[in-house]
Amino acid sequence: MGFFIEVLIGGLLAGVLYSLVALGFVLIFKASGVFNFAQGAMVLAAALALVRALEVMQVQWHWPFGLALPAAFAFAAAVMALIAWAAERLVLRKLVNQEGIILFMATIGVTFFIEGLAQTVFGADVYPLNIGLPKEPIFLLESLFEGGVLVNELDIWAAVIAGLLVAGLAVFFQRTRIGRALRAVADDHAAAQSVGIALNQIWFIVWLVAGLVALAAGAVWGSKLGVQFSLTLLALKALPVLILGGFTSVPGAIVGGLIIGAGEKLAEVFLGPSMGGGIEIWFAYVVALLFLLVRPQGLFGERIIERV
Amino acid sequence: MKIAKMVVTGAAALAAGMAIAASSAQAQGEQFIPGLVYRTGAYAPNGIPFADGVADYINMLNARDGGINGVKILFEECETGYATDRGVECYERLKAKGPTGAAYFSPLSTGITFALTEKAPGDKIPLITMGYGRADSRDGQVFTWNFPLLGTYWTAASVAIQHIAKEWGGFDKLKGKKIALVYHDSPYGKEPIAALEIMSKKYGFEFLPIPVPAPGSEQKSQWLQIRQQRPDYVLLWGWGVMNSASVTEAGNVNYPRDKMLGVWWSGAEPDVVPAGEKGAGYKALMLQHPAGKFGIHGEIDKHVISKGKSLAKADDTGQVLYNRGLINSMLGTESIRTAMAKFGNKPMTGEQVRWGIEHLDLSAARIKELGFEGMIQPLKVTCADHEGTRLSRVHQWDGKKWNVISDYYTGDDSVLAPLVKDVAAKYAAEKKITPRDCSKES
Repeated sequence: MGFFIEVLIGGLLAGVLYSLVALGFVLIFKASGVFNFAQGAMVLAAALALVRALEVMQVQWHWPFGLALPAAFAFAAAVMALIAWAAERLVLRKLVNQEGIILFMATIGVTFFIEGLAQTVFGADVYPLNIGLPKEPIFLLESLFEGGVLVNELDIWAAVIAGLLVAGLAVFFQRTRIGRALRAVADDHAAAQSVGIALNQIWFIVWLVAGLVALAAGAVWGSKLGVQFSLTLLALKALPVLILGGFTSVPGAIVGGLIIGAGEKLAEVFLGPSMGGGIEIWFAYVVALLFLLVRPQGLFGERIIERV
Repeated sequence: MKIAKMVVTGAAALAAGMAIAASSAQAQGEQFIPGLVYRTGAYAPNGIPFADGVADYINMLNARDGGINGVKILFEECETGYATDRGVECYERLKAKGPTGAAYFSPLSTGITFALTEKAPGDKIPLITMGYGRADSRDGQVFTWNFPLLGTYWTAASVAIQHIAKEWGGFDKLKGKKIALVYHDSPYGKEPIAALEIMSKKYGFEFLPIPVPAPGSEQKSQWLQIRQQRPDYVLLWGWGVMNSASVTEAGNVNYPRDKMLGVWWSGAEPDVVPAGEKGAGYKALMLQHPAGKFGIHGEIDKHVISKGKSLAKADDTGQVLYNRGLINSMLGTESIRTAMAKFGNKPMTGEQVRWGIEHLDLSAARIKELGFEGMIQPLKVTCADHEGTRLSRVHQWDGKKWNVISDYYTGDDSVLAPLVKDVAAKYAAEKKITPRDCSKES
């Protein structure tokens, strides 16, 4: 029983890490109706900017950690702002009122560009990242189960960061003027423009916010794995989360992540050995598809009704 | 400004890459060697230093000696991204380049090697798969065109078990113990399983294979299984991000790092540096050579790096995978030199280079002369034995650098030879290959 709980908790916390990446997808889809294929590349770019800036500030300039860390985050945020500006100015602005699939294809191109440019500018090595997050294992319920239930401190911090992001984004979308404008743009580009919402400005803002979420995801995943190209592949982990949670729901990204994380870990550990192992990578999609059979719009997605 | 320097460095890297491609212009009287590399993608941190070592040795030969016996080398890289389909595409694109076609291919990928093994005999181009590829391809009677020089994964598995037995005080101590294999769920990761299953029966240890889906950046479930199963030792057969993620997760579940032993593709700097302090104590097999600088590095510095002709960073030129790239090129070019001794000092065809590899005989004196003393031991390739040597050592990461902690082990042929013979014979039957009679080969 102790092991089951351990796997379950481990899966839930891994799911939170997936949610951090999925959140970026949701933000842009929710606010602009664009499925941003470049979200994984943005995680990589943000993490590379953060880790290289931190390295330069600490090693070359001898800044204390307390000063270098916020400065490196500020630099990485500025890089994400630059990417947001460039995406809006050079790609999206030219494609206003185009079909969603065209915008999606454009983001595939943006992905390759960001991946290549980020590695050219910041390097393609593996860079260890230390932003002060604790990484030690802790053991809970040792009196109940032999060896206790293992939880990693970094995963707990990731959950805290994800919780804060969700709360912040919920307030941003529901309570602010810009948040309402974002939702209006998502519903209909042309209608939003007709009531005076500046589409270009809104797209820049939403890509910037998604970039900042990518920075948070990159910081956590980079602390876990080291900053390296494989961060961009995290997008693949976020896809079943999005399918399950719905493309337009911030809470859906979190709940979806929890279900996918727990489901795939339990399957790998308890079903995997009898099926040759290595099943979690496709099991996540099976779980997501099963949910789709019941709720095609995802767990929290908006039901789309169209007149024909 | 360091950031500005990064931009300039990136631009310089691009320009240098284009220069390498431009050097591919075909010219008569030159020997063409293709480079299948991955400088981009999830495996780039491991692919880049290897590719740099490969290129720097060839550039050094051209700069210092005017090539091999006066025959200049044309070298062109093709980016595979470690993907089998792109690797095959690169092979097709480069196989006929140069006046005599490609001398040999070194794909640095077991998946690509599996695919090219089917194509190489038809195109008459040898494959040098140093420390990787099909383990049964050491049988030169069946695999005429494959050369897994320096060691196969079955040799690695044998040496790993020997090292564990030595740590525990003898092979009899293996009985009743549990040894796990955390492996990349790909042809590469699966390759040692056959040998380990045989050894588990022979020595009486329980064998626990645990696959990790590629790329292996998330391994929580695998390491929770290890925490539950509590194996006495964990063998790691990973590549790229999977290695550092394994070492990190081992730390997360408090599995002792000094009870982990990686294959030689899980024992370089990018595999442990991201794990930080959690990497200390982790051990890995060596494809004979350690990290550090040896005689050859002075030549590379003098003729390539100091002239600004290398893509490698100065700090990286003694790293494990950079050194391995140097050895790969040395073995390839020495094979061409061996072929030239028979066929004359002119560009060699793939078929002639294959003869050269099969007759490669590097003595200690020649290795010293080449500047590789301390990196590899003598090796002799024959028609029947395309591996050439079955030696390996173990090194351990102390948190900052690799330290060699063992003498040389030799792969146990009482286990390996029957397995090679059996599996190679099955392959020959399946592909309708008539094994060569090595006693009739010259």
